[in-house]
Amino acid sequence: MIRIQARTEPSSLMKVLSPVLAIVLTLIFGSILFTAIGKSPSQALHVLLIAPLADSYNIGEMFVKMAPLLLCAVGLSLCYRANMWNIGAEGQLLAGALGGSAMALYFIDSDSVFALPITLLAGMVSGMLWSAIPTFLKLHFNSNLILTTIMFNYIALYLLIWAVHGPLRDPDGYGFPESAMFSDATMLPTLFESSRTHLGIVFAVLAGVVGWFILSKTHLGFQIRVFGADEPAARYAGFSGKKLSWFVMLFAGALAGLAGIGETSGPIGQLVPNVSPGYGYSAIIVAYLGRLHPIGAILAAAFMAVLYMGGDLAQIEMGIPVAVVSMFQGVLLFFLLACDFFINNRLSFTNQATN
Amino acid sequence: MDSDLIIQILFAAIKTGTPLLFIALGEVICEKSGVLNLGQEGMMLMGAVVGFLAAYTTGNAGLGVIAAMLMGSIMSLIFAFLVLHLGANQVATGLALTIFGTGLSAFIGSGVVGQTLQGFQPIAIPLLSDIPYLGRILFQHDILVYTSFVMTFVLMFVVNKTRIGLTLKAVGENPHAANAIGIKVLRVRYLAVMFGGVMAGISGAYMSLVYTPMWVENMTAGRGWIALALVVFASWRVGRIMLGAYLFGLASIMHLVLQGLGWSISPNLLAMLPYVATVVVMVIISADKFKEKLLSPRSLGKPFDPRQMA
Amino acid sequence: MKKQHLVSRLELVKLTKQYPGCLANDNISITLMPGEIHALLGENGAGKSTLVKSIYGVVSPDAGAIIWDGKEVDIKSPSIARDLGIGMVFQHFSLFETLTISENIELCLSKTQLHQIGDLATRITELSEEYGLNVNPTRYVHSLSIGERQRVEIMRCLVQSVKLLILDEPTSVLTPQEVAGLFEVLRTLSEEGCSILFISHKLHEVTEICHKATILRGGKVVDTCVPNEETPASIAKMMVGDLAEQDAGYVKREGQERIFEVDNLSLPSKQPFGTALKNIQFDLKAGEILGIAGVAGNGQDELMAVISGEDERNVKNQLSLNGAPIGHLHAGERRKRGMAYVPEERLGRGAVPDMSLSENTLLTHSDGFIKKGLVDWQSIKDYTASIIKKYKIKCHGEFSEAKSLSGGNLQKFIMGREIGQNPSVLICAHPTWGVDVGAALAIHQALLELRDQGAAILLISEDIDELFLLADRMAAVCDGYLSPVVKTDSTNIDQIGQWMAGTFIDTINQSTQGAGA
Repeated sequence: MIRIQARTEPSSLMKVLSPVLAIVLTLIFGSILFTAIGKSPSQALHVLLIAPLADSYNIGEMFVKMAPLLLCAVGLSLCYRANMWNIGAEGQLLAGALGGSAMALYFIDSDSVFALPITLLAGMVSGMLWSAIPTFLKLHFNSNLILTTIMFNYIALYLLIWAVHGPLRDPDGYGFPESAMFSDATMLPTLFESSRTHLGIVFAVLAGVVGWFILSKTHLGFQIRVFGADEPAARYAGFSGKKLSWFVMLFAGALAGLAGIGETSGPIGQLVPNVSPGYGYSAIIVAYLGRLHPIGAILAAAFMAVLYMGGDLAQIEMGIPVAVVSMFQGVLLFFLLACDFFINNRLSFTNQATN
Repeated sequence: MDSDLIIQILFAAIKTGTPLLFIALGEVICEKSGVLNLGQEGMMLMGAVVGFLAAYTTGNAGLGVIAAMLMGSIMSLIFAFLVLHLGANQVATGLALTIFGTGLSAFIGSGVVGQTLQGFQPIAIPLLSDIPYLGRILFQHDILVYTSFVMTFVLMFVVNKTRIGLTLKAVGENPHAANAIGIKVLRVRYLAVMFGGVMAGISGAYMSLVYTPMWVENMTAGRGWIALALVVFASWRVGRIMLGAYLFGLASIMHLVLQGLGWSISPNLLAMLPYVATVVVMVIISADKFKEKLLSPRSLGKPFDPRQMA
Repeated sequence: MKKQHLVSRLELVKLTKQYPGCLANDNISITLMPGEIHALLGENGAGKSTLVKSIYGVVSPDAGAIIWDGKEVDIKSPSIARDLGIGMVFQHFSLFETLTISENIELCLSKTQLHQIGDLATRITELSEEYGLNVNPTRYVHSLSIGERQRVEIMRCLVQSVKLLILDEPTSVLTPQEVAGLFEVLRTLSEEGCSILFISHKLHEVTEICHKATILRGGKVVDTCVPNEETPASIAKMMVGDLAEQDAGYVKREGQERIFEVDNLSLPSKQPFGTALKNIQFDLKAGEILGIAGVAGNGQDELMAVISGEDERNVKNQLSLNGAPIGHLHAGERRKRGMAYVPEERLGRGAVPDMSLSENTLLTHSDGFIKKGLVDWQSIKDYTASIIKKYKIKCHGEFSEAKSLSGGNLQKFIMGREIGQNPSVLICAHPTWGVDVGAALAIHQALLELRDQGAAILLISEDIDELFLLADRMAAVCDGYLSPVVKTDSTNIDQIGQWMAGTFIDTINQSTQGAGA
């Protein structure tokens, strides 16, 4: 007979194993699904997971997708560690793209060396502004952060659409809702020949390392962890919840803003209505899959980037709707949450029959 | 503005508010039991796509609604199992449900994007629809709108006047005490979550069968989230949900009003209005921390594990 | 007690319940006759609560039998227990604050019971008069005092004609006068043939009211006795075993110069159903312990939150430390100036459950462990190890998570951590609540040692005996008011008990009104 028993100590093995297990279960789920819709599961999984890493161009593309995912996920990891439910990375990313692009368009005829740093900075500040408003509303008006950040995602999206239809539209663009192409002075340099991989991935990995350093080595990081794990204890210890909330939210906003401007000043090269295929939402999954650990987020973001690439390839090669990616993300998080149950519980096998 | 336009606007506000009313009624019951389900948007999208597919293939809009209700309850069961049985974090699980529902609905609906069908037609209620002004605003709607009227009053009665309502409040306030006096806390919560799923399903079906009778990816456009705000706005009271839903409905069709007034504003900026309105309303409602604590279900969002009673 | 009954009301045969890592009940057998008041005695963790929850159907035992009125029964749920005629008053009440008394009672009744009763409100009023419970069915529970809530719990059992009433530490939340009232009700019930199972660790109460007693230790029955043939001391020995040391009387001290002062502090409550503080005034002197008695929920938590700064409202001039106002400073700043706290909630406030002891040291003790914003983890580990050694804390090491420690050991850790900061003022709430006798003794001695080193200690406790043992001066809180402060040597339990019930409030109101006019 199988029984579920609470563990006396949480299993540190399961903490690490759970994301791996969740990925495996998601792949099994995917195979069943593909079989059900009459596609070959082995071919589908190959296209989804192996093909994206098959050649150097594809690997480069993976880094392009990984950069925004990781930047957002590092910020979210810190937010969630502090129990600040920031669901607004998508909006902060869009705000960063919008604000940064406005700056890039200001520098459209410039070749100054300061054009790029100022553009990036404008993106980060815009992202921070977008996370600052919900933070302010939460701290001073007690409004629900989850809902305000979600609403700000929609507001940012419509603001961006309005901008590309209006003030930022390319006057010579035949009425398309797009901005002009940015000048080279405001474009992120690419890292390799014949690849779109740009400096953004370096920023992202750096952000992961900085995030890890803050959380595990500094007193600030310790305070963030206490605040998230046990708010009464944080108040008892005299940590300022307001200060910590502001820090994690602005940190996350800045990184998401950088992710946004990194897209328009990177692979896209102009402001368009669909800057992000939902990177800000996927970053929530990345943060969880990485155990809210910035270094874990690096691995998780790489996996998620592969999945994104695979989704595109699956649509082109097998006619599988690209929405399969977002569905897999949901399933992955379900399995992860389910597997986490076994961190604090275990199955015990007994021969004894109940009486 | 003439009276005809006002009547049209109010009529449209009710129609626009109806999907919000359905889903928020479901969520308020769920929250009253102490469970916060952030998966509303995902359940609603699944209801919309499945409702549309069922109605599209059978040609029967009624079957579409039933299919959507079933789908909503299945979605909510995934959530309920993770949250209630495995003790998973309610926020994270709800987000997963929304992401999953968004993806899955786009996936299974990809074949019918842009197709249209014959949804429910308006039915003028004899006598009542002849009441001056009010009749044209309230009683020339489709069957689902009337269903939402009835549901609201039934729920008001159940929550405020019956043993079921008492049990629901008890579980939401203090699940440990409820367990100690022998209330099956998990069963109550399962049922409440499932009710939320069914209502989200109807709400989705309303979108794809009545409001805009077709299927488009992400067609609910955040209504599942606005419904969550609506519950806060209504201070967890069923009657006020109806009022709030129609107010939000009105905010969503503000462009009609402004056109009526002869203003012209970019439609993209106007599209922000419901979301901005949601934020503003939440700021006003939640600012009184004391009151919100008093009115919200005490155990909302907190997991309950009966085994920890030792 | 009527002797003519031959069939026992309740017989427990070898009940056993195993939890992960702990055998809570080990072959427990007890017999209760009709009308018998039976005490279940034991230290915290002896298995009393688990045992009564098995009887009430909240916990299902792994082995053993329950025999009710001569027949074996399987009590799967509280509703089955209630159908048999078993009622229970929980230690942490199972009442719903947002519902009325009548609604609370209704939730416990089946449809048939409700039908038999007819009008519930009338029945409640009748019973209320019959037993002198003074319960008004239309009132909301959140407006009731603790004592009133307990009477609602008892009423909940009476409404369904109870044959066995289980009370889990019923007196720990009552003033001495309320305890006397409760005992009246229990005696009446007993004379009517209702059996009562009475859990307590207050021995003089047991000798006063109980006919028989069963003593549990480590999940086993270690002894039974007839309480009025024993003394509290002899029963205590059965409870803790022969090895444990006992608290002896301690020397009282006079405080020296005034260090800390609360001046005319009045604040509305931040929480719904909380207690507002009203004209609180007292001071703390170096080298003394000031004890504050009171039933839980009379403003202790609110007072502690204001003093510690967890309640962030500005009360600048109402609090002063060494003559300087501190009421406007945030909690961290107050700590830096020499304040330390031992909160009532050990796990979840005093310590983060999922963090190691080292991390929990850093929680409040960062002096010297932070260099340029970076944490010196090695020094913290060494320091934590020294606390563990000094206070003989049982754990695997400084890496153990706080939640893996027993209540007593965690409390010793928190105590050691706070004392280790050499505070000039220590605020300490319910330090030995739920702690075994050995740990309680160690905690008492640590507090006295700190006092003798010249610190001022504010000791908030519900345990009057503990206050009389440790405090040099005493006061009581009731409904957010603080009584006059008196020397412990010049007062007695009766006076403090009356103050806990609020007899001083009228005089205070008169004097403040007089001063205002």
